[in-house]
Amino acid sequence: MNTKTKDHPELSELFNQDEQRVNWHDETLWWIRQKRDKSAHGIPEWETLREKASQIKNNALSNLADYLVSFEERALANGIIVHWAADAAEHNQIVHGILQKHGISKMVKSKSMLTEECHLNEYLEKQGLEVIDSDLGERIVQLAKEPPSHIVLPCIHKKKEEIGDLFHQHLGVEAGTSDPQILTEAARQHLRETFLTRKAALTGVNFAIAETGEFVVCTNEGNADMGAHLADVHIACMGIEKIIPKRKHLGVFLRLLARSATGQPVTTYSSHFKRPREGQEMHIVLVDNGRTVQMGREDFRASLKCIRCGACMNTCPVYRRSGGHSYSYAISGPIGAILAPNLDREKYADLPFASTLCGSCSNVCPVKIDIHQQLYKWRQVIVQEGYAASSKKMSMKLMNYTLSSPGIYRTAGKAGRLIMKYAPFAVNNQFNPWYKQRDMPEVPKQSFGEWYKKNVKSE
Amino acid sequence: MKRVGLFIPCYVDQFYPNAGIATYQLLKKLGLDVTYPTGQTCCGQPMANSGFEHLTQGCNQLFVDNFSEFDYIVSPSGSCVLHIKEHLHTEKSEEQASGIRKKVYELVEFLVDVLKVKNLKAKFPHKVGLHQSCHGQRGLLLSQMSELVAPYYSKPQELLSQVEGLELINLKREDECCGFGGTFCVVEEAVSVKMGKDRVNDHLLNGAEYITGADMSCLMHMEGILKRGNSKVRVLHIAEILNAG
Repeated sequence: MNTKTKDHPELSELFNQDEQRVNWHDETLWWIRQKRDKSAHGIPEWETLREKASQIKNNALSNLADYLVSFEERALANGIIVHWAADAAEHNQIVHGILQKHGISKMVKSKSMLTEECHLNEYLEKQGLEVIDSDLGERIVQLAKEPPSHIVLPCIHKKKEEIGDLFHQHLGVEAGTSDPQILTEAARQHLRETFLTRKAALTGVNFAIAETGEFVVCTNEGNADMGAHLADVHIACMGIEKIIPKRKHLGVFLRLLARSATGQPVTTYSSHFKRPREGQEMHIVLVDNGRTVQMGREDFRASLKCIRCGACMNTCPVYRRSGGHSYSYAISGPIGAILAPNLDREKYADLPFASTLCGSCSNVCPVKIDIHQQLYKWRQVIVQEGYAASSKKMSMKLMNYTLSSPGIYRTAGKAGRLIMKYAPFAVNNQFNPWYKQRDMPEVPKQSFGEWYKKNVKSE
Repeated sequence: MKRVGLFIPCYVDQFYPNAGIATYQLLKKLGLDVTYPTGQTCCGQPMANSGFEHLTQGCNQLFVDNFSEFDYIVSPSGSCVLHIKEHLHTEKSEEQASGIRKKVYELVEFLVDVLKVKNLKAKFPHKVGLHQSCHGQRGLLLSQMSELVAPYYSKPQELLSQVEGLELINLKREDECCGFGGTFCVVEEAVSVKMGKDRVNDHLLNGAEYITGADMSCLMHMEGILKRGNSKVRVLHIAEILNAG
């Protein structure tokens, strides 16, 4: 488990020590956001699609139990072995159990944010098993011993030179190589060897269809397919919210997913897995891990509609300038900041505050999650439950006292302005975070209230 | 004649009285009966956005006491207006609070939607950059948002186009947040400042002499950064431009 030592403001400050990197990170993600805009604007019915997707998800969540049971029935009939996991630990044990049963000690894995959320790799490694991530970005961060910093673009924080160094260390690429084509080729050779020799492959699930008992995995690299098709055992892991009622609904989501994520019209591979091929064993693990708890919270329930496109991260002006690792949770950015407090309020108390509430996240969300409204609501819950710093509590109480009385407010305002005018050092110092990189406003000779009293009221 | 209650947010009252004065004068010029209730303080947003909405009862009651009697409540701050619209509730007088939530307007939206101003007699011969505040734009729908697939419109631009001599500059990122975000600007100082610097640079690189907007708080943030960088570019609330000349 990643035990957190620094909070979002501290980690962001560290990230901001290298301004050039922040600029580059911001511009790269903004470029993707623009690709997304262009792609979305190419579809006149875009907003209708979003509304449709949102409603399908609402329906799926409202009837979740029924759809899951129906999915299980059909998946079993298709020959898929179905497992249920209440939490991360149970999920990890189930995966471990399947591997143990087959005496498999090495597994190839395609992208799955659920397994990140459950810390599966760490768990299996502790049990002496080897896991190789086959998504290129994930493989890169795995070699760097870092968690992904973005759910769609796991190594977006790394420059190609840094990737070259990693590949030099681990894959025998010549030192100083930064040509993306050479690096990709090296990764391809390395992964091909992995695909050919692994007997078990784990994939994530983008959509599970209640009607048919099949699931769909979307990748751009085809790595999920390579792993799953070559392995004797295919294990798919999904959060229970990934269910959609019918196959016909899939088109709505596939049109939205890739456009929102990267601006592509559709993901390169959208592979349907319905039954194991002859001689193969196919497992699906349905994981709750806090989802039913979140279902029960009316204000936060809509967060389960998320299809993990990452659009909210790309657009988030804070994420772009603080980096994914500043969120200390498997899923970073605005959506992560509303999912994480569900799992651990104390540990992630800082995340809902890592936003200006600008609302851009809610606007790009393909399933119309009211992300910024939920951030606001989490703030209230976190404070009410006592996770706010005591200094903050004090200052808020003082503010409340001042602002609840016009007389005290006027006196305090005047006093404040006098201090700023005659004793600026009391304000312009290192203890004032505003002043560190910004000047304080100039002190006017009178407040509006004073002007009004003099110029209007006396008329 | 309909009565307008002028809501001047606390930080405008204390630090930017000129934005308040321009708002008052502009509304008077347009022939309105405008009153500033002197017992007002703050909308409570700084506390609410910090997670302390439960402490805003005093502020809320005060707001209701000050503003219930008016036909319209108008303010030169989109963010504060949005807070009132979304979160003003009181234990004692919920009916009045609900009335206020419906009749509170940000200045630009009041001028465009209620007064339908078509011919402002203002003059401001300068290159101006318009900063769309997030709460004004995405919260109060003052202008179309770049994320949505929908026809373009902009209420602040509609007004600025009526100002003689004003040249509105283009921006690379039309509606990017400036990073003020209330207490975010101090709690998340590093990111806030970086966002502010980037926002200001977009205006500077496109030749702005002035940066304007419908939210003095964003402008205050950008002004702090401009001044620290010894820039000659100044910020002005949109009311000051619409009232100029």
